[in-house]
Amino acid sequence: MQLVAPSSQARLGLRILLHLLCLVPAAILLANTLRGQLGINPVETLLHTAGVSSLRILLLCLAVTPLMRLLGAPWLAGYRRLLGDWAFFYVCLHLGIYLLFDAAFDPGYMYEDVMQRPYITMGATAFLLLLPLAITSNLWSQRRLGRRWKQLHRLIYAAAVLACIHFIWLVKGFQIEPLVYATVLAILLAVRALYWARNHAN
Amino acid sequence: MPLIKIKKNSTLSEADVTDERLFASRRLFLKTGMCATSVGALAAYLPHLAQAGIENFADRIAGAPRTREIPDETLNSWNQITEYNNFYELGVNKDDPHRNARQLRTDPWSVEVSGECNRPGTLSLDDLLQPHAFEERIYRLRCVEAWSMVIPWIGFSLSELLARFEPNGNAKYVAFETLYNRSAPLSGQRTRVLEWPYREGLRMDEAMHPLTMVVTGLYGRPLPNQNGAPLRIVVPWKYGFKSIKSVVKIRFSQTQPQTSWSMSAPQEYGFYSNVNPLVKHPRWSQATERRIGEFFRRDTLMFNGYEEEVASLYSGMDLVKNY
Repeated sequence: MQLVAPSSQARLGLRILLHLLCLVPAAILLANTLRGQLGINPVETLLHTAGVSSLRILLLCLAVTPLMRLLGAPWLAGYRRLLGDWAFFYVCLHLGIYLLFDAAFDPGYMYEDVMQRPYITMGATAFLLLLPLAITSNLWSQRRLGRRWKQLHRLIYAAAVLACIHFIWLVKGFQIEPLVYATVLAILLAVRALYWARNHAN
Repeated sequence: MPLIKIKKNSTLSEADVTDERLFASRRLFLKTGMCATSVGALAAYLPHLAQAGIENFADRIAGAPRTREIPDETLNSWNQITEYNNFYELGVNKDDPHRNARQLRTDPWSVEVSGECNRPGTLSLDDLLQPHAFEERIYRLRCVEAWSMVIPWIGFSLSELLARFEPNGNAKYVAFETLYNRSAPLSGQRTRVLEWPYREGLRMDEAMHPLTMVVTGLYGRPLPNQNGAPLRIVVPWKYGFKSIKSVVKIRFSQTQPQTSWSMSAPQEYGFYSNVNPLVKHPRWSQATERRIGEFFRRDTLMFNGYEEEVASLYSGMDLVKNY
């Protein structure tokens, strides 16, 4: 299957559309904050919405490469960084809300959380893995780092796995929602493994 | 000021009390539509005499005197208490129980009492509640997820109820079970988030402690379904999951009963589950909590602030081991 490369206007349109799509959760949060409509536990709503949005966009980002191969559309590659940046934006929002309202910037509280609560250990590690990717998410770094840029950015796989574990370990009892994200991630990684195996067999 | 007036001045606003979804029940219909009619006249209108009993309970709940307050604490609102619940039988999200509340049928309701006692049996809700004088008590509620509320519960001491069944010398524990109809499960009970039915238990001395309540009302009204209608247990010095909702079974036992969360994750939730800021938890810091309505966390109190009254129950026990 080979998708015809769209015009540059169409690509710009898609780019704008993706930006708007990624903006939606933040816009809803902002509107609900201003209207005082964040529910009974506003901090929890902010924390959860930011966290889930980041995970969703991260998975969307990881879906681009498989889609690119499936459709034979290499021009899709350009959208990965856009989605990665947005995922990181929501990670920062998520972390910022935690630091402000839960930890109140108390280093002792954060240390205890990271060391003693496995789901927070996972979340914190995922953030640290995404940090260098966000810093080098620009053309200049891409040119400077060359091949190593691609290698570095494979950290996204580890970060996504940790983010899914972070969510699974957060919830009480056997809950479905975090497992749905984990399943989607497993499929996206399995597709890559298949392509990789096929390339190396030849 | 008469006590009944205090309730009218509570944080309930006009908007708070008009949530039709919660109270589109016969009880409210009776209360609002016929509140002026006498019990006798009411009985003439209705096919079942039992309805008179329900009307009677609504009145008794509304008229329950406040016997316990907490100085310097502000009550959480009706909306906060009834729209933010952990009641996994009605869904795992905090707003699910409120949305799915109508699934729970509380009429008719009976409670089966069994085990180590001289007077076991199955009681209708009427028979169970009738002999007891209702009172309103303001308690803190501390969830293991590190959020908390201050709630005006209406009910009576569990000890009064348990004494009626004459527990014998072998009764060392009391076990409770929540409603679970295998052929018609509630929506949450169709998932395997926990092993159903929900089970809880107390040591006999904990159950007989005067702070431990049977609750059937909230804010002067019958307990809403999402809060555990028609009757639940409230143990204010323990994490919220110990305060079992919608109870259908009470069993006196010689051995420590199995409890749902302890069955699900024994390393996280022990049988005692006393609120204790010093006992670490692998998921939530128990040293602090977020009071619903506040943004920043506050310190959690030992035994949720009931240390003076309950610490003696655990003298000599290692509370870290017996978490």
